[in-house]
Amino acid sequence: MIGNWQSVIDKQRMTNLIWLVIALPLAGALFNGIFGRRVGYQVVAKVAPTMVFLAFLIGLGGAFETYARHGKAQLVTLWTWAEIGELNIPISFLVDPLSMTMVLVITGVGFLIHIYATDYMVHHHHGETHPDRDFARFFTFLNLFIASMLVLVLGDNYLMMFIGWELVGACSYLLIGFWHDRGDDPQPAIEIEGGEAVQVAPLLSPAASGMKAFVVNRIGDVGFALGVFLIWTTFGTLQFDQLFSRIASSAEMYRESALHGEFTVISMIALLLFIGAMGKSAQIPLYVWLPDAMAGPTPVSALIHAATMVTAGIYMIVRSNIIYTSAPNVSFLVAMVGALTAFFAATIALVQVDLKRVLAYSTVSQLGYMFMAVGVGAYTAGMFHLVTHAFFKACLFLGAGSVMHALGDVIDIRRMGGLRKKMPHTAMTFYLGGLALAGFPLTAGFFSKDEILAKTFEYSPMLWGIGIVTAGMTAFYTFRAIFLAFEGEPRDQELYDHAHENRLAVTAPLWILAVLAIFGGLLGLPAPLLHGVGIDIPHAMENWLHPVIQQVGHHEVHHLPFITELALFLISGFLGVASIGLAYYFYIVDRSIPQNLARSTHPIFALLVNKYYIDELYNTVFVKPALTLSNTMSRGIDQTLIDGIVDGSAYGIAELGKYLSQLQNGFISRYALATFIGVLFLVGYFFLGGQFPNWIY
Amino acid sequence: MILTLLLVVPIIGAVSLIFLPRENKQLINWFAFAFTLVNFAISLPLYFLYDSTPVSEGYRFALKVAWIPSLNIYYHIGIDGLSLFLILLTTFLSAISVLSSWSAIDEQVKEYMALMLLLETAVIGVFISLDLFLFYLFWEASLIPMALLIGRWGGKDRIYASIKFIIYTMAGSALMLVAALVVYTWGDGVNPTSDLPTLVAHSHLISEDMQKLLFFAFILAFSVKVPLFPLHTWLPAAHVQAPTAGSIILAGVLLKLGTYSMMRFAIPLFPKAVAFWSPLLVTLAVIGILYGALVALVQDDVKKLVAYSSVAHMGFVVLGIFVMDQNGTMSQQAMSAAVLQMVNHGLSTGMLFFLVGVLYERRHTRDFSQYGGIWVKVPVFGTFFILAAFSSVGLPGLNGFVGEFLILMGTFSRNPIAALFATFGIVLAAWYILTAVRKILFGPLNPANNDLTDMTPREIGISLAFIIPCFVIGFFPNFLFEIINPSTENLASLIDTAMLIVSK
Repeated sequence: MIGNWQSVIDKQRMTNLIWLVIALPLAGALFNGIFGRRVGYQVVAKVAPTMVFLAFLIGLGGAFETYARHGKAQLVTLWTWAEIGELNIPISFLVDPLSMTMVLVITGVGFLIHIYATDYMVHHHHGETHPDRDFARFFTFLNLFIASMLVLVLGDNYLMMFIGWELVGACSYLLIGFWHDRGDDPQPAIEIEGGEAVQVAPLLSPAASGMKAFVVNRIGDVGFALGVFLIWTTFGTLQFDQLFSRIASSAEMYRESALHGEFTVISMIALLLFIGAMGKSAQIPLYVWLPDAMAGPTPVSALIHAATMVTAGIYMIVRSNIIYTSAPNVSFLVAMVGALTAFFAATIALVQVDLKRVLAYSTVSQLGYMFMAVGVGAYTAGMFHLVTHAFFKACLFLGAGSVMHALGDVIDIRRMGGLRKKMPHTAMTFYLGGLALAGFPLTAGFFSKDEILAKTFEYSPMLWGIGIVTAGMTAFYTFRAIFLAFEGEPRDQELYDHAHENRLAVTAPLWILAVLAIFGGLLGLPAPLLHGVGIDIPHAMENWLHPVIQQVGHHEVHHLPFITELALFLISGFLGVASIGLAYYFYIVDRSIPQNLARSTHPIFALLVNKYYIDELYNTVFVKPALTLSNTMSRGIDQTLIDGIVDGSAYGIAELGKYLSQLQNGFISRYALATFIGVLFLVGYFFLGGQFPNWIY
Repeated sequence: MILTLLLVVPIIGAVSLIFLPRENKQLINWFAFAFTLVNFAISLPLYFLYDSTPVSEGYRFALKVAWIPSLNIYYHIGIDGLSLFLILLTTFLSAISVLSSWSAIDEQVKEYMALMLLLETAVIGVFISLDLFLFYLFWEASLIPMALLIGRWGGKDRIYASIKFIIYTMAGSALMLVAALVVYTWGDGVNPTSDLPTLVAHSHLISEDMQKLLFFAFILAFSVKVPLFPLHTWLPAAHVQAPTAGSIILAGVLLKLGTYSMMRFAIPLFPKAVAFWSPLLVTLAVIGILYGALVALVQDDVKKLVAYSSVAHMGFVVLGIFVMDQNGTMSQQAMSAAVLQMVNHGLSTGMLFFLVGVLYERRHTRDFSQYGGIWVKVPVFGTFFILAAFSSVGLPGLNGFVGEFLILMGTFSRNPIAALFATFGIVLAAWYILTAVRKILFGPLNPANNDLTDMTPREIGISLAFIIPCFVIGFFPNFLFEIINPSTENLASLIDTAMLIVSK
């Protein structure tokens, strides 16, 4: 029996079929895109999730085979994309623990979200079902996104990564703007008892949001592309294995130079690639598109803008870990940007009244955590948090979507309240996801966040300080939202009466994700801590990813003392619980406290509600000047200056032409004839004795 | 033989049109389309029979017949990796633009179609000429049908645009004519000749200073055609006034006459001058990329937007051709990609102009403010428009990405600063093209479009003909590179050799 298994594994069937993981959703997208309208929504609703599920199965097989060959990477090459001179770029896929982790998250969570969406994109009215007008288009894009994201993580060179990188951006654009005919959405001001109301800017229309996402991402992509160019110019290859082994041979040297204040070429590469990550993974200063991306349908927010696409930057850095390890100066910058983004976004999330935007800022903040992790060199911890975050944040977004679905697209928490009684499954799973996000002890989010904080403490207690404060805020804003939405008295009775629990297609994915959000921590139990109390359970994630993370030099692996580990563990656990308690006190026990607080700190409150006015700032500093410049060029240079010269000289010639008007009768054939005669004269001149002056030769 | 056939078939078509009854527009339409289609079919074997193994004599399907023996002027034609795909593009776009004119052109259909066919001959003539005299003939000949197409079937300001088009191009070509005569007179150092391979083989005999002068004269003519900033202002005017098919051909192939001729004539004839002029050309190309994109951003007229986008896109091509490092080493990657990018631009911009034409035929306006939210009304059109936009903006999986990315990568390896600025062009490109998509397709439906009808089967067929090659190139560009590479390698080594001579 075991022999049989061994032979199955030896054949590496699933690994060699890994391209199918991409081809299947792509085929689904093609089918639904071309025939979707004709075959009816029920067929579309079966085809799209099936394709993702099949991809998931192949991914499982590939992961299993990777495990069986002890994490050794395997290449699957399909064809040569471009070969010019010394440049050679194949279309090839890399099957290794890192890519398989991503594949399983993308197809696994992706499948659940597809199932969810088959019901979310249908409206039920008095027993009748009305699929969204563009049901087929939705699933076309969704399948296309899965395929693109898989190209990003499976590609075995930086060009393929960039291809996926751009394609997921395009899918994101299409899906954010899915309800493209909707306009801007004005928001009522936030009333404060006994204080001045705070105006809230209208929500950007889906079409504008999609475009904003694409353009902001492209700014990051400039950095990414330049990074890729620099890699090729410096090392002459874009293939991961060749490149990384070339860097590894002098990684120590690069690292030392960087530590002595030199900005090496590797540092430059790391920095440029990181600029790409700032865009895709919504970090300061390029995070501004993500909150607006919430204009897309909620399954999109869950899949693309929480669980998968936005984590591409983390994946990129973990994949390029040798580059970042060789560039400690840039790694420090990554950690700093991550920490600041985590903190900054969390403060905004504290006061948002739109449930999806609370979650959006939370995503920006949690991505900041992940960057902090990979910045301090804790690549495994970053990946671990990526996975657990995919579980609990997808769960939370889908929960928010479930609420929206039940309330007729209302997402303003000011109009919710008491929904737990109406929607027990949604509420329960939202609680569980929320506990994980808040870092409640023993949930998945607790372990992954704690690991990041512990690793950060090792690196810099200052960064840890930012991280721990952010953790407190995270727990607080999460449960603020939960209590306001699901507990207390209904604040909009009509909506409340209307609300109802959703169908199985919605609640089943919620439950699966909620269970993963609670138990996902098993993937990365804190081995040093457990070892300290005499239990030897390995950190599964670390063992699994070990072959991918390259060591530079032979640094002593020095763990924190057991007592410090324990203290950090207890602090973050306690803080999570305490912050939830605080939220309970604020929003359940005495609701006048937050009101008073908002009133007494009015300017700060308004600043946070308006997201520090960053959008307004960018508009003033970048967008408007660019448009002014464009107008100046169009009117001033093109129409006035250049055409002035051109038309002026034409006018001059025309005046001259009046003297010769006998020859000129407006027919182009005459001009052609004149030219021809002129040519003949010239030719004749040279041949009948005419000669060039000597200086010509 | 095939190449000669490509020249002759459209002429036969144009002449035969004379004998068709004027009233029977449908017959004329079909007739003209049949000829362009036949020509397209004739051109296909060029690809399938193309021998891409490197041999010493670089030209395929070559034919050399003495034309004016006493003057050493030859009917010398042939193709290589630089021209093959541009010829295919020309025959393809000619067929498409004739087909797209069926519903757009209602007056003097006969003359219109005859001019379209003659234009095809002239353009193919430029792409296959291996004789300076022959080339100049076709080069100037290509001007006339286009000017007439704009001047007769164009929009409100068609006369202004047409004259502007002629004066710009003529002014550019005048100097080239003089320079060509100098080159011709010099010949192989003993006898005058206009045979290109002979001239190229003896180009080292011309002094460096002289080459700089002659190069300038040639490049000026070519730059107007491209058009390179700041010689571009004829283009928006011409595009806005031209009928749809005119715009497709203008953007699709006429602009490539400029960049193609740079590679076919200017560089091989005057390799010693390239290093001298390269910094200027690269600078103008980069300015064009950013300037064209920025100006495109604020246009109210869809066609103007696409026209300015052409300035930016062609900037990439010029950048790819001329970028070199301080030692005068070219980038073969950028050059090959530039050749590909000519084809890419022809497809994506051709498609955009076609789609704008589809709207124009229905609404008779190209003003953005007249549209908005029409995707709900015309889902098929919207889908194709988005695909064309993606192709134009250089999204991977489609053609534009391949050219743009590899041009930029090659550029970076030679001149990182130029690449840095040019790469910002991709941000601006996303901005203006998505603005166009949004203003036309998205938002609440503008009630003026309530009766808008979606595409007809003919229009869908044309769109598919455009977009399928875009995907094929996006996925399998190496099928093209295999043929393009030997030619760009030749060019690069020509310059390398010249640089050696110069540095001595």
